[in-house]
Amino acid sequence: MIPAPFEYARPTTVDEALQAIAEGGEDVKVLAGGQSLIPVMRLRLAAPETVVDLGRVTELRGVREEDDAIVVGAMTTHSDVLADPLIAQYAPLVAEATATVADRQVRHRGTFGGALVHADPAGDLPAVALALDAEFVIAGPQGRRTVPAADFFVDYLTTAVEEGELLVEVRLPKLAGSWGMHYEKFNRVAQAWSIVAVAAAVRREDGHIAEARIGLTNMGPTPLRARAVEQALAGAEATQEAVAAAASHAAEGTDPSSDLNAQADYRQHLVTVLTRRAVSTAAGL
Amino acid sequence: MTAVEERTGAPTPEIGKARRRKEDARLITGKTTWTDNMVLPGMLHLAVVRSPVAHARITSVDVEAVRQAPGVVAVYTGRDLAEEQGSLPCAWPVTPEMVNPGHPSIAVDQVNHVGEAVAVIVARSKVAAQDAVELADIDYEPLPVVLDMEEAVKDGADLVHDHTESNTSYHFVFDAGEMGTGGDTEQAFAEADVVVSRRLVQQRLIPAFMEPRSVVVQPQGDNYTLWSSTQIPHILRVMAAMVTGIPEHKLRVVAPDVGGGFGGKLQVNPEEILCLLIARRLGKPVKWTETRSESLMTGHHGRDQVQYVDVAADREGNLKGLRVRLLADMGAYLRLVTPGVPILGAFMFIGIYKFPAYRFECDGVFTNKVPTDAYRGAGRPEATFAIERIMDELAVELGMDPLELRRKNWIQASEFPFTTAAGLEYDSGDYETATQQALDLLGYDALRAEQQRRRESNDPVQLGIGISTFTEMCGLAPSRVLGSLSYGAGGWEQASIRMLPTGKVEVVTGSTPHGQGHETAWSQLVADQLGVPFEDIEVLHGDTAISSRGMDTYGSRSLVVGGSAVVKAADKVIAKARKVAAHLLEASEDDLDFSAGSFSVRGTPGSGVSIQEIALATFASHNFPEGMEPSIDADATFDPENFSFPHGTHLCAMEVDTETGFVKIRKYACVDDVGTIVNPLIVEGQVHGGLAQGIAQALYEEAVYDADGNLTTGTFVDYLVPAASDLPHFDTGNTVHAAPGNPIGAKGVGEAGCIASTPAVVNAAIDAVRHLGVTDIRMPLTPERVWRAIHAGGDGGDRASARTNAQAVDSSDAPSTAGGAQ
Repeated sequence: MIPAPFEYARPTTVDEALQAIAEGGEDVKVLAGGQSLIPVMRLRLAAPETVVDLGRVTELRGVREEDDAIVVGAMTTHSDVLADPLIAQYAPLVAEATATVADRQVRHRGTFGGALVHADPAGDLPAVALALDAEFVIAGPQGRRTVPAADFFVDYLTTAVEEGELLVEVRLPKLAGSWGMHYEKFNRVAQAWSIVAVAAAVRREDGHIAEARIGLTNMGPTPLRARAVEQALAGAEATQEAVAAAASHAAEGTDPSSDLNAQADYRQHLVTVLTRRAVSTAAGL
Repeated sequence: MTAVEERTGAPTPEIGKARRRKEDARLITGKTTWTDNMVLPGMLHLAVVRSPVAHARITSVDVEAVRQAPGVVAVYTGRDLAEEQGSLPCAWPVTPEMVNPGHPSIAVDQVNHVGEAVAVIVARSKVAAQDAVELADIDYEPLPVVLDMEEAVKDGADLVHDHTESNTSYHFVFDAGEMGTGGDTEQAFAEADVVVSRRLVQQRLIPAFMEPRSVVVQPQGDNYTLWSSTQIPHILRVMAAMVTGIPEHKLRVVAPDVGGGFGGKLQVNPEEILCLLIARRLGKPVKWTETRSESLMTGHHGRDQVQYVDVAADREGNLKGLRVRLLADMGAYLRLVTPGVPILGAFMFIGIYKFPAYRFECDGVFTNKVPTDAYRGAGRPEATFAIERIMDELAVELGMDPLELRRKNWIQASEFPFTTAAGLEYDSGDYETATQQALDLLGYDALRAEQQRRRESNDPVQLGIGISTFTEMCGLAPSRVLGSLSYGAGGWEQASIRMLPTGKVEVVTGSTPHGQGHETAWSQLVADQLGVPFEDIEVLHGDTAISSRGMDTYGSRSLVVGGSAVVKAADKVIAKARKVAAHLLEASEDDLDFSAGSFSVRGTPGSGVSIQEIALATFASHNFPEGMEPSIDADATFDPENFSFPHGTHLCAMEVDTETGFVKIRKYACVDDVGTIVNPLIVEGQVHGGLAQGIAQALYEEAVYDADGNLTTGTFVDYLVPAASDLPHFDTGNTVHAAPGNPIGAKGVGEAGCIASTPAVVNAAIDAVRHLGVTDIRMPLTPERVWRAIHAGGDGGDRASARTNAQAVDSSDAPSTAGGAQ
């Protein structure tokens, strides 16, 4: 189908992009990889006045190391994330989740930052970012600010990025110690969004689980941390029984929707099974 | 002549050769004429304003703003076209009393399903037409929405069409006792030891062809050429002429290369008629191409039946009777063969089994949904599903192995031809051999042992094995049988062979392909028949000015009926060429041998003249037999005496994760008998595609409407069509019992995989969890349904239809402005 008419800007720097957003009128949409925005525009569910295409803003692409973090440019494509050695070394959970995003064609165009700032509760990367305590660097007319993942995802398709602002990069802290990670995704066909998914990072110490960070995909309007599970796992023995007992708390505090794939009660059941599996795999059990 | 020389002289037969399809390069790269590629001088573009409500009176239509929009040339409402639009045709009045409410191409006073056309915009560009759609202002006065068939047939139910007495279009009965093809069904049930009854649901499906529908009409004086992405250019020509009043000889219909149909393009579409009407009004060429959303919402759907099935048997497992009552959802209107689809199934519910008694009843029911019509298998998948599901349920009731129950009751190889209780004469086959081969392919015994181990260890992942046998009536169809079923046309097929001066051959077929590989298969047939090189043959199709007679492609008929016409035409060419050869060789026709494309005088080696040389001699006609017309071209029409009956056994091993309800096909094996195989690669491809589609019905696809009659599965985000990555490896095999009813011996393969696989998959899933109390799971087997059936009983229930996954991008939810990237 054919989108409604719109103005189009193609800046080459972040500053130009911010200016284009500022001058774009009432309803500006930023085009990153376009894998969500373009279908919505074609269905005329969105009809922005201006589209600001970041495709030529090269400074937003790539992954670099910066002290105790690795920094992922917002316009780094999923396929570049998958091929990146720093991601593989410090954030294998990101790579594992990214490999499950849609299909190869989408991963070649879709971007890391675009997927996060779109904040689709069924998207895979928000829960991973939340589990890894990522930090989001947002540029605006007044300069840059950094927002922790816990504050970034505000509501359904809504983030801390304000009108006139732009997500420029995401900082993933390097984790110290012996961490195991796993992304457990549940969907009906390979290229589909998650019905439910669980991102787990587990630090083991002396046969115990010292620390666990668990992000939940599609269990509410935003990605969630399974805090009750994390607390139950802290200091627990690294056994299947202990993990299962902890995972039984996974649905606490969740508020999933009902849709064609799953009703809410089924999602709340699924999340306990998937959390057990994710943690078990991450803990090497 | 030595034996060695003979061998090198004779080319290897084309029939049986796994040739790559000659048409694929252009089809796959798109370097061809799809209808939407066509650009004509001065061409205008249409966009259709469609009803957002399922059932309503149209109280006002204001299109003034549309008319003023940039680039808009004209806009037509239903009122504007009411006098000339007539009714879309229904060619299959299955009973004399059938109620057909009529089917306007564009709604005039009332809309009866979401997506029905209410106005058509004509503009200088597609973009301009599409932009103007939102400017149409139409008021609707809502009427009660009729969606559920079981509610719709009750006394006092709200009506879809208020000028009809009920929502039931027809009541069709086939009773073997009354027809003299079987015993008294009621008596059989009264006397039976065991009766098993089930209510089974065939969900609504969307054909989901790859190329969206597209129509171009060019008026030239009072002549019209209509290009359409259709399966049926010949039928469309007749029907469009009758609907619009354009004389048939003034209307040429062309189906250029067509990107799939699966029955979904076996239709006279509203938009085809609207394009003709508007091109006639404006005197200008027009084009309409649907969006994917329009395609899913307004192209006809398939299946959608509620099946009440009763089977009667004695304690030893001898089948005594079958009783089937169907509610078949017609949707809001009757399209081309809407009422006939479930009736095609009427004769197949007894499957391959020797039922002594059989009764079938079907109510066609109107609802406020898009009409149903042909979809791959059309009636036969529904029938096969019902019988193969109930056979498993009966086996459980009897405590018998499901395979043994089938074996005990199926027709033996020695019993062909076999006339069933439904009155069909099955032609040939061997169910035992096919089944044994399939069991070997699957590794049946080892998987049964593993199933046992998993049960005993209470493994969270359980294993099941599903069995489905099938046969189907193919090669549609003997014209006299179609007549006896009140179908509005014959079932013959036409072919012509034209011998060109340079020895090249044009084959004209009335069987219009839309992706099946006719050009390759027909070339193989003719290469063998005429002894000319495969590369020297061109197959022409799809244009009523080139291929003037035809019945097109559906119902696994092309090779069986259309291919047979080609073979018959080739025989006629050879007969004519023989006369020319006799003349040129100065020999008697009776003394001529024809082999490897050459005529030679028997016993006179090296004396030959090739049929390609004869083509040149015919072109010149300088030296031609006295009194013979200077042509060796020929036409032939083939009308089969009987259907052909492919059969097969399909086996599915399924893993069911009892913790999540996720089902995963572990192994799939099938052995099909499709008669003589002309091209093994095409047959394998048809089986794979059919399996994908049949498995998709079992596991993935379902057209879901919400309580207001909106199609919730309106995009491919929600209407799940599986990709290769979602399907298992297929272990396929064949047995070959040539069909006796046609010169090729082919039985048809287009629908086989789609028919047999669905019950095999569902039976497998249920077999995996039957010990947990599960007796049925509604299709598609979503993980949620499987989980609910295991943990809460029942069939898994309805899906939450109020919210689509695509609504993750609904505008009302979306933030009004977004700083961030998307």
